[in-house]
Amino acid sequence: MNAPAGETHWTRKDLLSIEELSREEIELLLQTAESFKEVSAREVKKVPALRGKTIANLFFEPSTRTRTSFEVAAKRLSADIINFSSSGSSTSKGESLSDTAKNIEAMNVDTIVMRHSSSGAAEYLARQVKAGVVNAGDGIHEHPTQGLLDIFTMKERKKKIEGLRVCLVGDILHSRVARSNIWGLKKLGAKVTVCGPPTLIPSSIERLGVEVSYDLDRVIGEQDVLNILRIQLERQKGAFFPSIREYAAEYGISNERIKKARPDVIVMHPGPINRGVELSSEVADGPQSVILDQVTNGVAVRMAVLFHTTMAER
Amino acid sequence: MAHEILEKNKGAAGLVLVGIQTRGVTLAGRLAKSIESIASAKVPVGVLDINLYRDDLTRVAEQPVIHKTEISVDLEGKIVVLVDDVLYTGRTIRSALDALVDFGRPKRIKLAVLIDRGHRELPIRADFIGKNIPTSDDEIVHVHFLENDQKDEVVVAQKAAKS
Repeated sequence: MNAPAGETHWTRKDLLSIEELSREEIELLLQTAESFKEVSAREVKKVPALRGKTIANLFFEPSTRTRTSFEVAAKRLSADIINFSSSGSSTSKGESLSDTAKNIEAMNVDTIVMRHSSSGAAEYLARQVKAGVVNAGDGIHEHPTQGLLDIFTMKERKKKIEGLRVCLVGDILHSRVARSNIWGLKKLGAKVTVCGPPTLIPSSIERLGVEVSYDLDRVIGEQDVLNILRIQLERQKGAFFPSIREYAAEYGISNERIKKARPDVIVMHPGPINRGVELSSEVADGPQSVILDQVTNGVAVRMAVLFHTTMAER
Repeated sequence: MAHEILEKNKGAAGLVLVGIQTRGVTLAGRLAKSIESIASAKVPVGVLDINLYRDDLTRVAEQPVIHKTEISVDLEGKIVVLVDDVLYTGRTIRSALDALVDFGRPKRIKLAVLIDRGHRELPIRADFIGKNIPTSDDEIVHVHFLENDQKDEVVVAQKAAKS
């Protein structure tokens, strides 16, 4: 079976950001993810596509959801996966990132999935090693698989991304999820608005082609998708808003505020949720919420990413 | 072929057709239609993408496009007829067998192909064959269907010289 001419083929061994991807590459990943979604619904939830491949999870920041999601994805593809976390490894003994990576590579690992607190760490690593590198979040730069799974979920619910009105709410400044969403959504033709307190919106964000609003109540009524970002207290150095309560009053999606939105709006959140801050419990568990779909789709999207990057030529 | 399948199976009971992406799917759809008009019984049709089960996955230069697999019926105890357009080395069928057993344990698996062109590399044979076409190894057989290619035809062509 020959693929028709003009179809995109994946050649990257690394996935470092959505910024570097073409529209066609994003669409290919989404298409593969759609095919992979069915695997998780089978009785035997496994295909032999990556049999004999080794994938390393290298997490220098705490994470349960993303790490587990990558682990499940790798296992559904029959790859072997090993987990390294920074605490309890030699990093805590002062080993440098490139030394850690080279040691992992010396064990013939095919793909390294890395999360790191420094922006650009994934790209640095990709230049150091022959293995593929998948960025699972680097500082405040990007979190490409989260961006892809958000877009996948929007597409699944709203059928197409072109022309979709998406509002990213909250801490845009510290959010790698926001950046990956913006790059991907703009490439696929969505209309993106970012909304949050002025202190948490970077000053030149308009250059990415998004609209900026500081008043959620004014823009909420015209959105198809509300992607609510987490208030990352661990990343905020300084006071960006007077108090959590005041933030919740201005930008939290409460039972009252959700009534101003379109009836068919979907509410997304990358997790973990600060209940009662960004989202009220009723909204998080309500009919508009697709938060658990995001988790399910995350596995399919990460399967697609691991499949294509691991199969690419080294 | 539809008559043959019905005859061998003594009716349409317990039959499931599974087409291999992409042209096997078209053929399976047509067989299901014929079976319906002959035996007036609806036979479920599944779709299988075997790319994830290929034994040469790590060796093909271009990454395959992964299509959907959709088998909505329980295969347990069923008589599954695998359907593909061309039977050649048999490796596709081996992959398909691996894939199928992940969906359950059919009572029996049969193979139906439109064209058998020989050159098997594995001990695999078809149960229902549209036509045997003896070919040489440097030829390539294309099956075209109205649904995919605007016309029904089988083309035997010379393989492009390797550069």
